[in-house]
Amino acid sequence: MINLEIPKKFKPLAQQANQVATEVFRPISRKYDEAEHAYPKELDMLASLIDGMNEGSDMGGAGAAGVRRSANGSDPGENRNGSNLSTVLGIIELCWGDVGLLLSMPRQGLGNSAIASVATEEQLATYGGKWAAMAITEPEAGSDSAAIRTTAELDGDEYVLNGEKIFVTSGDRADLIVVWATLDRSKGRAAIKSFIVERDNPGLKLDRLEHKLGIRASDTANFTLQDCRVPNEALLGDPEVKEKGFAGVMETFDNTRPLVAAMAVGVTRAALEETRRQLASAGVEVDYDTPALSQSAAAARFLEMEADYEASWLLTLQAAWMADNSKPNSLQASMAKAKAGRTCVDVTLGCVELCGAIGLGETELLEKWARDSKILDIFEGTQQIQLLIVARQLLGKNSSELR
Amino acid sequence: MSTTTTDTDRGVAERAMGIGLRGLNWLAGSDLLDRIRIRKGVERALFQGTKQGFRTATAAGRTFAAAQKLGKPARQPRSQSKGLFDITPDDEQGMFQEAGRAFAADQVRPAAKAADDERTTPPEILAQATELGVAMLGVPAELGGVMEEGAATTAALIGEALAHGDMGIAYAALAPGAVATAIGLWGSAEQEATYLPSFTGEDVPAAALAILEPRPLFNPMRLETKATRDGEGWVLDGAKSLIARASDCELFVVAAYAEGIGPTLFIVESGTKGLSIEDEPAMGLRPAATGRLIIEGVRLPATSILGEGERSDYLECVSRARIAWASLSVGTSQAVLDYVIPYVNDRQAFGEPVSNRQGVAFAISDIGIETGGMRLATYRAAARADQGVEFARQAAIARRLAAVKGMKIGSDGVQLLGGHGFVKEHPVERWYRDLRSAGVMEGALLV
Repeated sequence: MINLEIPKKFKPLAQQANQVATEVFRPISRKYDEAEHAYPKELDMLASLIDGMNEGSDMGGAGAAGVRRSANGSDPGENRNGSNLSTVLGIIELCWGDVGLLLSMPRQGLGNSAIASVATEEQLATYGGKWAAMAITEPEAGSDSAAIRTTAELDGDEYVLNGEKIFVTSGDRADLIVVWATLDRSKGRAAIKSFIVERDNPGLKLDRLEHKLGIRASDTANFTLQDCRVPNEALLGDPEVKEKGFAGVMETFDNTRPLVAAMAVGVTRAALEETRRQLASAGVEVDYDTPALSQSAAAARFLEMEADYEASWLLTLQAAWMADNSKPNSLQASMAKAKAGRTCVDVTLGCVELCGAIGLGETELLEKWARDSKILDIFEGTQQIQLLIVARQLLGKNSSELR
Repeated sequence: MSTTTTDTDRGVAERAMGIGLRGLNWLAGSDLLDRIRIRKGVERALFQGTKQGFRTATAAGRTFAAAQKLGKPARQPRSQSKGLFDITPDDEQGMFQEAGRAFAADQVRPAAKAADDERTTPPEILAQATELGVAMLGVPAELGGVMEEGAATTAALIGEALAHGDMGIAYAALAPGAVATAIGLWGSAEQEATYLPSFTGEDVPAAALAILEPRPLFNPMRLETKATRDGEGWVLDGAKSLIARASDCELFVVAAYAEGIGPTLFIVESGTKGLSIEDEPAMGLRPAATGRLIIEGVRLPATSILGEGERSDYLECVSRARIAWASLSVGTSQAVLDYVIPYVNDRQAFGEPVSNRQGVAFAISDIGIETGGMRLATYRAAARADQGVEFARQAAIARRLAAVKGMKIGSDGVQLLGGHGFVKEHPVERWYRDLRSAGVMEGALLV
């Protein structure tokens, strides 16, 4: 039966996450926006709490529990609300608090998500419980991740990594960096593998930390890998060079795109809620019975933004729900990311405009959300990459036909 | 209610067995499904409605009389959600959706162009829609309806399915059901007994839920159709716009600003003195043969107020209508997407399919994304209505998406075909006109 409400069983989780967002994130939100590169030590205790939340298989915590599509014993036709949905709901609440702080949560990195999703039991035993960042982007390869130049050469029972990685979220603070590198540049995407590199590996050199427009609580690191040696077992997934290998790597993104969409949804809701309060103080209330165009321009604009928010929220829950129910969701995951990403930017900027000086000023968080939002339409696949993925699927085209 | 077999080939009737759902059984018992699958080619009668003069009397209606009256009004119970997020229709919803899709593909779409040209929907299509049960989705089971509980979601799914065939035909076919739903939701026991039996038979009357008025910035909260007190009764004056099959209508539910009360719904039978119809052709929804209802000094008894005349009933009515129009927008938007994809894949320019260009491809992505968002928002609003929880906000949101994204999709649908989209050889220009209409309509349909 069609029902698009937050499932009853996840309401306590969402409330808990909202409490964390309200009582831990919001009070320090401005502080770490200003103190860029300072580690938010308040998060340590919280991270332990979230580790506990991740333990329960159906309760996804902040997202890095991984998104394994485990076959379970239940009836395949039965509707399932599982960890993908609960994770997305948790992330929305936490990012309503502060997206930069969520990204700074120890042991909740995208690298953790990748490890949790594809690691072998042995790798889980070795690397579990550590904080893992993800290093894909290079100075000359952003959205075109098949074009990466960092190399991995097998030398005895070790791989030797060489190259340069930029925009590594939590790269300075994490214990591990999941590094994408190619085993053979002539073999294209099939040769691209990911390797787990310990942060204290002497071959991994931190070049600098970026100064950014937003999510300043989160550190963004650039590295050089110079003869960086890792054991064989550090390779995630299948070591064979075959076309499907890259597809496997990319599948991780089917699972993480809804999580980033959820971040965008959370920030969007934060801006809308604050703006609703600000507008009310200016005597503007949105009336849902009266047509938008018969209300004030501000109310009509707000309703427009709220409609885009609702569409983003629902597309995001849809993508997660499909993953929970083992339905292929690559299309819906990209739809959610595209819609939520652009909506977040449009809405947070629109809210600043509606609130004027209050929106621009640093006494409120509206201006911060309008800066934080932009990255959400860029990382984990830009708006344009999502549109490409969606278009290829809808049109039945491959990446050489529609480039 | 879990199904234990995955066999998709089970017959309709077989699927209904043992599930115990009233609507499912009813639909399964109808031979319509089998017929519309077999009868591919429709012998569409070139039915041309009698050319209307400038103004005509309302249709000579049947006599509505109470048959058996219940002690208190019958209501469809709220639906019981299991509390889980779920995008899959349940068996009953799925059956109606499936039937609606088959009907839309086999009958509605092939008839759409002529219906648009001639401003009329072939009577056999209306008759088949009636067989599908569209007029009685909102009729409580005690009064012969087929649904055991709230049918808003089912109505939205059917609206979407039919509008994928054609929005104007969907409007013509679904309009009478809005009156039945309104009476089933808010009518008194007497009103239910008087009017609802007509909607459960084969000879369903043309009927209209008339809220929209002909003026800019129309706001259903500020009606200019007035009901003034006249002893115990009322006198109505005003005009209502874009009524489907107006000159055929035998029954109206009219929204008027009632003196001392506020916006209120009145039941008005055709033939009542002071009612007349003007033809009102419009940009879109042409198969619905839209007309304007002119109301001049129409005297009504006190009992003509629908139900208790609660303000909350009226607000709910306006919201449910918006959900219905959003569902039609979703169906037509999906029709645009399904039509333009093969077109841009086939169409060659500069030595390759135009869909190899991002400028074209991204427009396709956006149609897909916005249709998806609009669909979910519409479903959410409808499901909340069925569950009996507040849904005005969700309905307003679905409507904004239908008006803004739906129109953009209609426009892009034409744009993607270029000059070919502008000519009537392709349906996209019709969808452009209909998608504009859906974002403007108030009332007229209900989920």
